Amino acid sequence: MTRQTTTTKGGNAVEVRGLVKHFGEVKAVDGVDLDVREGTVLGVLGPNGAGKTTLVRCLSTLLVPDAGRAVVAGFDVVRQPRALRRTIGLTGQYASVDEKLSGWENLYMIGRLLDLSRKDARRRADELLERFSLTEAARRPAAKYSGGMRRRLDLAASMIGRPAVLYLDEPTTGLDPRTRNEVWEEVRRMVSDGATVLLTTQYMEEAEQLADELTVIDRGRVIAEGRVDELKAKTGGRTLQIRPAVPGDLDRMADAIAQAGLDGIAGATADHDGGVVNVPIISDEQLTAVVGVLGQRGFALSGISTHLPSLDEVFLAITGQKTSESTDSGEVPDQSFAEVSA
Amino acid sequence: MSAATVTAPAVKPGSDDGRIGLRANLRHIGALARRNALQIKQDPQSMMDVLLAPVIFILLFVYVFGGAIFGKGHQDLSVQYMVPGIMAMMGMNIAMAVGSGVNEDFRKGVMDRFRTMPIARSSVLIAKIVVEIGRMLIATAILLGMGFVLGLEIKGGVLALLGAVALATAFGAALMWIFILLGLSVQTPQAVQGMAMLVLMPLQFGSSIFAPPASMPGWLEGFTKVNPLSNLADASRALVNGQGAVAHPVLITLGWTVVITAVTMPLAVAKFRKKT
Repeated sequence: MTRQTTTTKGGNAVEVRGLVKHFGEVKAVDGVDLDVREGTVLGVLGPNGAGKTTLVRCLSTLLVPDAGRAVVAGFDVVRQPRALRRTIGLTGQYASVDEKLSGWENLYMIGRLLDLSRKDARRRADELLERFSLTEAARRPAAKYSGGMRRRLDLAASMIGRPAVLYLDEPTTGLDPRTRNEVWEEVRRMVSDGATVLLTTQYMEEAEQLADELTVIDRGRVIAEGRVDELKAKTGGRTLQIRPAVPGDLDRMADAIAQAGLDGIAGATADHDGGVVNVPIISDEQLTAVVGVLGQRGFALSGISTHLPSLDEVFLAITGQKTSESTDSGEVPDQSFAEVSA
Repeated sequence: MSAATVTAPAVKPGSDDGRIGLRANLRHIGALARRNALQIKQDPQSMMDVLLAPVIFILLFVYVFGGAIFGKGHQDLSVQYMVPGIMAMMGMNIAMAVGSGVNEDFRKGVMDRFRTMPIARSSVLIAKIVVEIGRMLIATAILLGMGFVLGLEIKGGVLALLGAVALATAFGAALMWIFILLGLSVQTPQAVQGMAMLVLMPLQFGSSIFAPPASMPGWLEGFTKVNPLSNLADASRALVNGQGAVAHPVLITLGWTVVITAVTMPLAVAKFRKKT
């Protein structure tokens, strides 16, 4: 990546230039440049082992980078770590709360560590437990919390100091879809309260749901960046899946779509095993157009859904290669949208 | 929640004026010590060593070794000899537990949170030591109580007794830094235990804690003279019994306390700071 190395003031809450962190032979972060504009969410997308966590640990003063420069909220991560720690919040991949302490005690402790008075620390703990729907579990040890509750407690803990910049390192890895949606909801609220968020994720869908801009990294390097819709266009957008009410309609439907001459739609394929017709689309208008065509021709539909490309497909589109670590990307469903019944 | 959730950084950009004042530091240590105390409350079994060890030690040493050294029927002599010695030893046992505790703590994500917060990193370790000193004092109280039941007499006066307790506590706290350093350096809590035992056993038994050094071969007797545990045991014996030289063993023990703390505390804090 070539980019100006001058620091532009105003607008960027996070600026990273040429950041390098090696562990012996392993080039965990190998010259990363990125910016996060104030009040926005940057999604850092990459497979396991791409260097996402190392990047976050460098930016949160847990690791000292080998080379390069990073400025967060106006503070240099290497030269001004103490000042920086006053303005950031971190929620790691593994919940960073004390499991032996109750939810309330965790938040109270963090409040006191952030120099709130006893009264304010108490009030803030109550307030955040309420906001994250943990009031009922407030006095139970965090070890007894479910995975989602623990992650919410973790987010609450990161919010106590009202940080200007929040790092969320794979905040939903290992969570079930319902809990994942709860976490997403909270992240959106944090952003609407004005926080700047750097979010790492393995899931295209999470990036699309939360991020304004995306940086895709692999093997410690940035391989693509841009707005989410730009990247999606680059990767071919979504796949529209249409399920006919009459299975025998599959081929005729695919032909009808292909021959309708819709703008930007190259074709459609019938998937007989899945009982669906697949249509690659890049916009919602195309979705409407395709469904409209089928309606005009009198096809009966039993369901439509759209699917985002998986991380693997994104990588394939960007680099022409599979991800360097593509074995366990099936952990969370890459099927992104709830089925809409037609 | 109001919309004004994001506050501007409290410090000017360009400086690293995030220094932590003494009062803030004490507040942080207090909050972290509360955490350590609450952990004990959540896991009362972790107090077993503190509550039971003094009782078991005193019974074993007074009746098993005491009889052999002082002869049958001289329980009074035995108690006067053994109780101050066990007091010196207990600090060491509790200090050892700090090492595995720190090691275990480090495997948890909460350490990452502490290390990204605007607090002095030493406060996490100091809080741990504060709570462990509390545990040590409880153990000492139980030991003395048990001693009184068996006929312990405070011949040197209450002040001298408190002096002995303070000395043992100060030395125990110094040892904790060694074990914290060890706990931060090795991989597992089990490894901490294993390595600690290797150091502890010769120091404990090659000392005047359990048996008078005069009964040992010359080379071992020589070792006991420089062994800080011997000096601590001698000092607390002299203070409790009101006889024997006090100044010499007290000074040697304090010297060890200062040297150990001065060397291992900065190393432990530096290690903690760099640990990834």
